[in-house]
Amino acid sequence: MNAARRALPVDDAPLLEAERLALEVGERWLCCEFSLSLAAGECLVLLGPNGAGKTTLLHTLAGLREPTVGEVRIGGLPYAAWPALEAARFRGLLAQQQPDPFAASVLETVLVGRHPHLGRWGWEGPQDVAIARAALESVGLAGFEQRDVQTLSGGERQRVGIATLLAQAPRLFLLDEPLNHLDLHHQIAALELFQRLLREQGTARGSVLVLHDINLAARYADHIILLDGRGGVIAGDRDAVLRADLLGQAFGHPLRRIEHEGRAVFLPD
Amino acid sequence: MPAVALRGESRLSPAMRRRRAPLAIAAVLLSAAAMALLWALVAGDLPVAATDVFAALAGAEGMGATVIRELRLPRALAAFACGGLLATAGALMQVLLRNPLADPYILGISGGAAVGALGAMMLGAALFWVDVSAFAGALAAMLLVFGLAHGDGSWTQTRLLLTGVIVAAGCGAAVSLMLALAPDTRVMSMLFWMMGDASAAARPWPALAVLALALVAVMPYARDLNVLARGELSARALGVRVGHLRIALYVLASLLTATSVTLVGSVGFVGLVVPHLVRLVLGNDQRVLIPAAALAGGTLLTLADTAARTVMAPQQLPVGVLTALIGVPVFLFLLSRNPRGTP
Repeated sequence: MNAARRALPVDDAPLLEAERLALEVGERWLCCEFSLSLAAGECLVLLGPNGAGKTTLLHTLAGLREPTVGEVRIGGLPYAAWPALEAARFRGLLAQQQPDPFAASVLETVLVGRHPHLGRWGWEGPQDVAIARAALESVGLAGFEQRDVQTLSGGERQRVGIATLLAQAPRLFLLDEPLNHLDLHHQIAALELFQRLLREQGTARGSVLVLHDINLAARYADHIILLDGRGGVIAGDRDAVLRADLLGQAFGHPLRRIEHEGRAVFLPD
Repeated sequence: MPAVALRGESRLSPAMRRRRAPLAIAAVLLSAAAMALLWALVAGDLPVAATDVFAALAGAEGMGATVIRELRLPRALAAFACGGLLATAGALMQVLLRNPLADPYILGISGGAAVGALGAMMLGAALFWVDVSAFAGALAAMLLVFGLAHGDGSWTQTRLLLTGVIVAAGCGAAVSLMLALAPDTRVMSMLFWMMGDASAAARPWPALAVLALALVAVMPYARDLNVLARGELSARALGVRVGHLRIALYVLASLLTATSVTLVGSVGFVGLVVPHLVRLVLGNDQRVLIPAAALAGGTLLTLADTAARTVMAPQQLPVGVLTALIGVPVFLFLLSRNPRGTP
């Protein structure tokens, strides 16, 4: 067991690989076979219309769902080879919804992210609290520690979810619509935050984001996977995928590409 | 605005208080439990001094000592064990179903037990067989709900909840039918069983052992429960083995409930409200909540049972009525003190 533990992760392996992946839900193919590889420092964005299977794909990449065909590997190893807690220290998921059936303080909620770092009998110590407080500060929620999560606004609750993920401190961030409920300022702040984390020296982090905003994808993504909702997948570098004709076909609405100060902007017709 | 600031302080304190003083909490709850048990041994038709109680427990001879050792002690311990079992089961069910309104009976365990027990009573079976039949009924309900809810492998908590509620409703109908058909001489004891009655509980040790074992089994996983309470998907992403944990939770909560219902019938209220009482005061960390709920539930039911047999002596009241009479005002008081308004 210890030998296996030390072998994780394979150091020079890509953070995330999907090999000949295909997903079927019910009788419907969400995506045909495709492969991807995400190296440290890279950001991958999943785009597609409602119901195209972005969340299903993200959950598959998070190891929470078996792929119908193919294999997903993180750190060079398939999920089956990872003990659950080790995997939780390597990759973290921001779920689309953050249910709060019980009252709890913001700090307690963020500390939940420390779970995979604590032993079976361990309690969160001062160091974990410091990590949680720093995470709250980085999403602009310093001073919210003792607020009840049930009293937060949608955007604040979303940022608590992001802070929980930061407290988990994985190397691979999997974010399902991280900009939900966020105002413009906090949308950009959140994307900048993850970009900063990816570029931090001495770390090897990567991110996969489900986004709805094509222009933010154009600004922050290195790679794009575009699902068209009919099983078609276009995967590749940002500029190869973000073409007005491809996007128009996938979303079922014509788009126009405009260059503005060196940046591509897509406007719906 | 110092008053406002102070209010704010007191609102945010539970979590911090809990962090600082788990030992103080344990001391308070343990001494409350000891006081409740002592009162249960002292109170009754035959007055006994507190000092004589210890002599009796140490094995003294005499009428008073015999009453304490052979009547009051088993009954007090049975009430304590069942209160603890129900409160623990309630706390576990609330996490399993992620629903603050869940109680140990919501998935039909007590319904199954009632069908078993009342069926045996109708047939005029001896007390032992009523117990056996109640336990078998509870296990049958547990397996039925599990089998039906697990059917297609999806096992969402909505499906579990619906299946349980429907099985419970079916059991309720069967119980009503039995009450309507039973001979008049037996209806009274059947009704008492349903309201919860510790007077016939002669063997508390198995229930106490079940409670102790359950707590030992749950505590290493209490932090996993904290994570699970915040959603299944996030819990899996945080490394919690949700599938196994949910099945274990379901089986454990059901067994605790079945043990309690077998011993004292379906005492209401404790399983729903004690976890909430504890949550209002100490917060929702299961590592604190579960043992605290076990102690508080045991204490509450011991107090209620002692009151049930003394306030209108020699008339005995159903203990389930007393748990509600004690618990409702306390709960409403705590709720009104809590500015969040959310249990």
